[in-house]
Amino acid sequence: MKVQNNSEYCLGCGLCQVYCAAAHDGYNGNVIKAFKKGTPQARAGLIKKNHESWINTCRHCQDAPCINACITGALQKDEKGTVFIDSQRCVGCFTCVMVCPFGHIQPSRDSSRAIKCDLCRGLSGTPACVAFCPNGALRLAEEVDRP
Amino acid sequence: MTLSMLTPAFTVGRNEERCIRCGVCVNQCINEVHHLDEDGFMWVTDKNCVGCHRCAVLCPTQALAITEFPLAFRPNNYWSSASLREIYAQAETGGVLLTGMGNPRPYRSYFDHLLLNASQVTNPSIDPLREPMELTTYLGNQAAMLGEREKPLLKLEVPVMFSAMSYGAVSLNVQKSLARAAREMATFWNTGEGGLHSDLKEYADSTIVQVASGRFGVTPDYLNNAAAVEIKIGQGAKPGIGGHLPAEKVSADVAKTRMIPAWSDAISPAPHHDIYSIEDLAQLIETLKVATNYQKPVSVKVAAVHNISAIASGMVRAGADIVAIDGFRGATGAAPMRIRDNIGIPIEMAIAQVDQRLRDEGIRQSVSLVAAGGIRNSADVVKILALGADAVYIGTAALIALGCHLCQTCFTGRCNWGIATTDRQLSKRLNPEIGAIRAINLLKAWEHEIKEMMGGMGINAVDSLRGNRLMLKGIGLEQHELELLGVTAAGD
Repeated sequence: MKVQNNSEYCLGCGLCQVYCAAAHDGYNGNVIKAFKKGTPQARAGLIKKNHESWINTCRHCQDAPCINACITGALQKDEKGTVFIDSQRCVGCFTCVMVCPFGHIQPSRDSSRAIKCDLCRGLSGTPACVAFCPNGALRLAEEVDRP
Repeated sequence: MTLSMLTPAFTVGRNEERCIRCGVCVNQCINEVHHLDEDGFMWVTDKNCVGCHRCAVLCPTQALAITEFPLAFRPNNYWSSASLREIYAQAETGGVLLTGMGNPRPYRSYFDHLLLNASQVTNPSIDPLREPMELTTYLGNQAAMLGEREKPLLKLEVPVMFSAMSYGAVSLNVQKSLARAAREMATFWNTGEGGLHSDLKEYADSTIVQVASGRFGVTPDYLNNAAAVEIKIGQGAKPGIGGHLPAEKVSADVAKTRMIPAWSDAISPAPHHDIYSIEDLAQLIETLKVATNYQKPVSVKVAAVHNISAIASGMVRAGADIVAIDGFRGATGAAPMRIRDNIGIPIEMAIAQVDQRLRDEGIRQSVSLVAAGGIRNSADVVKILALGADAVYIGTAALIALGCHLCQTCFTGRCNWGIATTDRQLSKRLNPEIGAIRAINLLKAWEHEIKEMMGGMGINAVDSLRGNRLMLKGIGLEQHELELLGVTAAGD
């Protein structure tokens, strides 16, 4: 599964990033607390170019280069096919950042570890970006990409 | 001009405890009200705010509150603050004041002075969830004599249609939303005078195409790619004047659909220059019937004006199968404010008068009456049906369902909700999949409410409600108004 972007209806408002950041920052998706108490960082990147915008998020590749490249086994795939980072194991070598063919994986703000989309697997239900997109531009798609 | 005396209409309040500087308000406001500087300061330009609430609705922390700018003029019951502001604006620009949407002035709304009946003891009320309830409505000439060729009719499963709103005045996504909703709910949407976009041809069976004074996009294919054809003579928001789609809204796509040069003003003349009399109207109606091989009913839409019953009578005699009347609350994408606010009559009066006149003349059966202009909810629908309409058009209510906040600045083409604009980026803001669902939900909700109200009256078919003024009582109305509406006073 992956989050798919329909750039025909993407407004470029950036709410996906707001809710993504809040969902991953330990305050259970509480936007005000997450932003006022911490410095939350969105996993998904919103790209804007020539008045078009789209979300650059993980494709959760079938044969994921990041998993193959990870030197500590921090990058893993769960039973649903979601590629995620076990942050306890991540040492911040950022090999994954370099091998990701889509430029999705990024270093955390303090450069201590890598962060990426995990389809909000810790939370129940739909990923936050899909749930809160005001224009239905994001959807959870079944298919996966091959790099 | 050195100093503008126009102070802001609205002020944007920001709750600093809630604002997280995410910048959504900044990127969503096309009027550039919000600005986030490099130091993390948020700046607000109140005077640009039109009160459309886009920023407040999308703000993830509900940090924004938009209120009237708290600058009071000395209280004056005659010179309202709006009067002063309008004069300041005209003194600065020397122009006609433009505005959008419907007449907002505090004229009496007869809908709010009519009460509905309900059954008690002497006849049973009906529960629409347990018993069948019929809302199916046929529009057209139903006076065919035995042996005569049957006239084409429109079949509606709910007596509510979407008003004419042209591509150009509204975005294509608005039309897509309404077309899908009309097909799903077995009712009709109306192209307006801007032609039929190629993406919408698949909705032909749910489409009413309009022929207006500009004749934009009218071809034999256009006329036949529809369920009915409507001749637009007038519009409730601007009776007596034509239309003007400014060049900046005439994008390449709009131009192609309208069959005019791109980025040129699209002018609809005030009259149809081939209709200067009832006889001329009869000719155009006949022409359109011939062009569509007598397969489609022809509707004629006029604004409700002073002599509406005589006008409607003439239209029926000219061969109109449907007469659509647009009351003075009817909306527009752009109209001079003085025209919108001062011309026409209420739709309640117009329908009551026209229905009575057509009955008196024995020609009511050969036409269907469609009421438009200011239908706000299902109770308004029930009341106008009881006053004599066969169905209603909703425009403003449909747009509100799609996100319109009635800021009345449609004429700028900078609609933050992606509705009254042809800008590609702004149009994206209305996803027709979501829009269609919202419009369908609105119609379903109204349908259910109409059935509940009819059931309460002990009526199980909309045919028994139409023109049934015994179901209405007037409250707070003068004797003469009651007589004009054809109803008696509450308690009478």
